[in-house]
Amino acid sequence: MSLLCETPTLSRRAMLMTGGALFAWAYLPRFARAADKRDPRLIVIVLRGALDGLSTVGPVGDADYAGLHGDIALSLSGANPALPLDGFFAVNPAMPVFARLFKAGQAAVVHAAATGYRDRSHFDGQDVLESGLPGPGNPTTGWLNRGLASLPAGERVAKLGGLAVGPSTPLVIRGAAPVLGWAPQALPTPGDALAERVLDLYNHRDPILAAALQKGLDADRMAMGDQLDGKTMKPKGGLDNAVGMRQSAQGAARLMAADDGPRIAALAFDGWDTHVNEGGATGRLANLLGGLDGAFEEFEKGLGARWKDTAVVAITEFGRTARINGTVGTDHGTGTVVLLAGGAIKGGRVIADWPGLKPAQLYEGRDLAPTSDVRAVLKGLLADQFGLSAAVLGDKVFPDSAGVKPMRDLVA
Amino acid sequence: MAAPVSNSVRPDPALVALHRFGLGARPGDELGKIAADPRGYLRAELKQQDIALISPDDPRNAGLLDSTAAIQASMAAAMERKAARDEKAAATMQPMAADDPAGPANAKAKPAVPRVGADIYRDEAQARFDKALAAAPGFVERLVGFWSNHFCVSVAKAPVVRASAGAFEREAIRPFVLGRFADMLLAVEHHPAMLFYLDNQQSIGPDSRAGKRRGRGLNENLAREILELHTLGVGSGYAQTDVTSFAAMLTGWTMAGREGRLGEPGSFVFNANAHQPGKAALLGKTYPDGGMGQAEAALNDVARHPATARHIATKLARHFIADDPPPEAVARLASVFTKTDGDLRSIALTLIDMPEAWSTPLTKLRSPLDYVVALRRAVGATAGNEPQRSLRWLSVLGEPLWQSPGPNGFSDSTDAWASAEGLKTRLDIAWQAAKQADDIGDPDEMLASLIGASVSAETRQAISRAESKQQGLALLLMAPEFQRR
Repeated sequence: MSLLCETPTLSRRAMLMTGGALFAWAYLPRFARAADKRDPRLIVIVLRGALDGLSTVGPVGDADYAGLHGDIALSLSGANPALPLDGFFAVNPAMPVFARLFKAGQAAVVHAAATGYRDRSHFDGQDVLESGLPGPGNPTTGWLNRGLASLPAGERVAKLGGLAVGPSTPLVIRGAAPVLGWAPQALPTPGDALAERVLDLYNHRDPILAAALQKGLDADRMAMGDQLDGKTMKPKGGLDNAVGMRQSAQGAARLMAADDGPRIAALAFDGWDTHVNEGGATGRLANLLGGLDGAFEEFEKGLGARWKDTAVVAITEFGRTARINGTVGTDHGTGTVVLLAGGAIKGGRVIADWPGLKPAQLYEGRDLAPTSDVRAVLKGLLADQFGLSAAVLGDKVFPDSAGVKPMRDLVA
Repeated sequence: MAAPVSNSVRPDPALVALHRFGLGARPGDELGKIAADPRGYLRAELKQQDIALISPDDPRNAGLLDSTAAIQASMAAAMERKAARDEKAAATMQPMAADDPAGPANAKAKPAVPRVGADIYRDEAQARFDKALAAAPGFVERLVGFWSNHFCVSVAKAPVVRASAGAFEREAIRPFVLGRFADMLLAVEHHPAMLFYLDNQQSIGPDSRAGKRRGRGLNENLAREILELHTLGVGSGYAQTDVTSFAAMLTGWTMAGREGRLGEPGSFVFNANAHQPGKAALLGKTYPDGGMGQAEAALNDVARHPATARHIATKLARHFIADDPPPEAVARLASVFTKTDGDLRSIALTLIDMPEAWSTPLTKLRSPLDYVVALRRAVGATAGNEPQRSLRWLSVLGEPLWQSPGPNGFSDSTDAWASAEGLKTRLDIAWQAAKQADDIGDPDEMLASLIGASVSAETRQAISRAESKQQGLALLLMAPEFQRR
């Protein structure tokens, strides 16, 4: 049931739907193959601000694309040609690493994807994306943490816990399962003596702060190595620039490559809300995409032999308008891309039931219409990497989502 | 989240005044006296004239620029930088790297022109820290912080915002924190910093003269965030058509450019040429075209909408009482908001009088900004009282000053800040601050004057057994009683 989109046709949607139902019974998790010493890892990168999927992976073969996306549309010609993925889609030239991985069968794209959320608030959209709940509310836990918590107790991945990268913990990995925290930065650190005394005090008086501080100290010790001794790691604020994205991936990869390091990680990169002068093949969005591409590269390098069992997925709360706005940018939209990379990914494919870009085909006359559910992709990854059942995924991890079938065969 | 052990009982009223409402104790504060009449102590601060303002009469603030002057300085600096770059490029015949201020290529080729925007930002930060260090107990500064975060801008957006973010807070937030909400709202949405931050300065009515001539059009960013974040709140019933229509009303609200064609460069102007002509509807009400008055009328209406009252009441209760605020407290605040037409002084007095404020345990974690300020107050203003270090601490803690990652501002929940990395970083900062302190005196006495009688036996013991004064002070700055509010 390849969903490879080379010449989009109307029948692809039908294939997707019957395919999911038909193959559900025959599903065998890759997880079950314990004998081959597979040691799967999953890294989730949340792109906050709503990524313009049409400028990340452009449907250059769609006759309506260039007209809608105007000056910022990707093109196979010109000074900065986009990098072709197949005969229809091309990736932003700021992402050569992703293009190389794609060619090597280690990266894939799911296009025209969205969560179940259809309004256009960043913050509700992010809450839905990260919580995995069917709608907005005041979520306190994320789907990745609940996935981790759903693994059998004592199982290795569950025991090692998750990793949150950045000064605050992304919602997607908040919850009951243990999570380490780490961020690229450098302050002079006090000796262990003070840390132990503070920990002791917290253990007696404030167990929540005790748990958090203990994890922070653990992560710091693990990440401290010859490459991360504060000389190469420049102090950083938010993760909204290319240098910060690369650094955070570098550190996360180091922690995750360790035999006893976490197998699951969440990172959040900011800055994708490109209302004005978004740029196309070059400019603001391209700079950010270059940072994301750098993060893929650092994970590939840093995970070394573990890369072959790793899946990285980059997701965003929703897409942007198909038509550029009055200020050479794009406003909040709906359908967008999910980017997949890693040795574990069955890559070289743009998976899409392409909805088309004619006025009547756009969602509410303005956005790329969503034809894939982001939750289906995430469920597929959790199922393939860690063997979570469709029942657990549809109930605990993504509540009330039994109708959204896990996307099969994302993992090789 | 379970309540920490130390705060499971009715909190010490002195700590409610100083931590829940204020910015923390300073050596010399008399906690016993405060505990005797904590509400009176808080009310007294509200009574002081112009308490929320950073006064330009104070010689220390003499160098602060108003937003128009600050933006003009930033524009002039940008021109100088460009000239220097052009000169350099012409001299070396080498193409410049992409316009990425963080890029290493630009760092190397840094021109010798003063970085005016950064200087202004530092001076503004200094004035803000000075004000926060001197406040007693700092309830008004906490209100300023609350509203500044509610109506946040980010200096990362553009040099214009970097130069004017401090002036924005002084001009559009501070004069109104004890005034009317609608007045603050109008001041905020007219301010060049906000118009620039949420892209409205470029939004053009497609049927306006400028729109027809230049083929440009709407940018709906500001309109959406006003409805979603500044006033009604998400899910309160407005639709995409309301957003688009409101964006059309707001066209023409812009900032005069460097050439001064529309007005004094860097100041707010209404550009009638860019305004979408005709009537427009918002939430079922039609607003006849009245130029700038059209969106002003709409703003005045959404300011007193019941959804706005609920939205603001919920956020205030979450900030000052608990992450999950008691519904009765929210309802009371919303009703005062509605009854007084958004009088924020009445709201502040209502907060002080709420029984929930004095009975709810102190379970919230201080935000990085409140933590850094409280720590500076505790250690004494003389120790490293230059803004760079505080600004750097705020950055590594994930709450850089006037630089939130999105227009929803920084998180106000304990879960967001009680992270592994966050706590580890607080430990580093507490240690640094303790090492820098000039004269620590006796940590046990500091504990008595900063936390007072309600301190736990464990905290008291940990500090008295410290192996050095520095370690004792660092322990005090890490104690649950110091972290929680």
